[in-house]
Amino acid sequence: MSRKSLISIWDFSKEEILHVLETAKEFEQNRVQNFLEGKVIASLFFEPSTRTRLSFETAINRLGAKVIGFSDASNTSQSKGETLKDTIKMVNNYVDMIVMRHPLEGSSRYASEVATVPVVNAGDGANQHPSQTLLDLYSILKTQGKLEGLTINMVGDLKYGRTTHSLLQAMSHFNPRFIFTAPKELEMPREYKDFLDSKGIEYIETTSLDEYLNDCDILYMTRVQQERFTDPMEYERVKDVYRLEASMLGNVKDNMKILHPLPRVNEIDQDVDETPYAYYFTQAENGLYVRMAIISYLLGYR
Amino acid sequence: MTRKELVVSALENGTVLDHIPAENVYKALDILNLKGIESQITLGINLASKVHGKKGIIKIADKFFEDDELNKLALIAPNATVNVIKEFKVVEKKKLEMPKEVVGIAKCRNPKCVTNHQPITTRFTTVQKNNEIQLLCHFCEKITTTKYII
Repeated sequence: MSRKSLISIWDFSKEEILHVLETAKEFEQNRVQNFLEGKVIASLFFEPSTRTRLSFETAINRLGAKVIGFSDASNTSQSKGETLKDTIKMVNNYVDMIVMRHPLEGSSRYASEVATVPVVNAGDGANQHPSQTLLDLYSILKTQGKLEGLTINMVGDLKYGRTTHSLLQAMSHFNPRFIFTAPKELEMPREYKDFLDSKGIEYIETTSLDEYLNDCDILYMTRVQQERFTDPMEYERVKDVYRLEASMLGNVKDNMKILHPLPRVNEIDQDVDETPYAYYFTQAENGLYVRMAIISYLLGYR
Repeated sequence: MTRKELVVSALENGTVLDHIPAENVYKALDILNLKGIESQITLGINLASKVHGKKGIIKIADKFFEDDELNKLALIAPNATVNVIKEFKVVEKKKLEMPKEVVGIAKCRNPKCVTNHQPITTRFTTVQKNNEIQLLCHFCEKITTTKYII
């Protein structure tokens, strides 16, 4: 088998996506898998991300492999001016796989072309974060029992939110219907709507959270990310525009589940946590099984 | 018409690139890597064109190009024509084909793209959209327009 990396959700076919989700299910039933014993995997976090890093590193440990790496680029040779190429070349000599997060977009694709071992993109700026997308799919599959023909309501920052863009691309394999709930300033970019048009996938745009709340199977909430804004005034205008509270959920579909890539700020009130619709904490847990499945697949195991 | 223009420079052997948008003549020189070559080059800029208003023309003596090299021109001069001249005669006329991949000659307009921060040769695939050519960055997956070609 030729070496395969996971940089963008497009690197996996529909069949590969379904395969990884299936393997994740096995790993959820049996978390103790030691078949990667003797392997070493690099976890290179050029920008901090505690949640993603701990999830990946736990996945590596659960598979029996060992982790090397760093959680912040400030104490690496990057701060001395070393190129990304040289850092990757060096680490590549030591390990069987590289998991990396980097603030620059396209950095993981570049690393995958410099490295000879598989590279997993754990987030490259605002571009791609495919393990998040796969865990979102896994959460949807687990709660709905299927991926086909679902209505997904995406809420919040649809302009800068990479998780919504990747999820939209991945779901396009499964005949979805989308509702985009966003303020004008943060609406879904044209290129993604063009993509849906080209696939004949239906979508509705609204600025009101109430309007289609009772009409969806998945409510995908996102945080308005301050760090993506160049204009602080624009951020202030839109940061608290949607706030989901338990009192709003009276007439939603029984099977409806609320997903959120976390961390949340104000967009979901704490009182929603106790409702049967809240799924975001389990969603985060699912990330572990999905990341185990990604690593195992790319290393040619399952 | 064409013949009259060719007579002006009386190219014995070489290549004539015609119907280049007037404002892109200098870019065309860059794309074809013509800076520093020894042969005689004649430029015409803001010449009258029935079809395109003002056009540019480049005549390069004793120089013949591979199709791959010429096709890069399609990015900034999609309607350009190429005349290959041998012994004062047009021996071949070529139309340009849009290249599928663009390597090195464009800059990604995404300020956060890795190619703008690390010593990396840029790579794009060309996408045709509503009669406009766009460049999809191989690295950051963002769209850049042909304005960003050097």
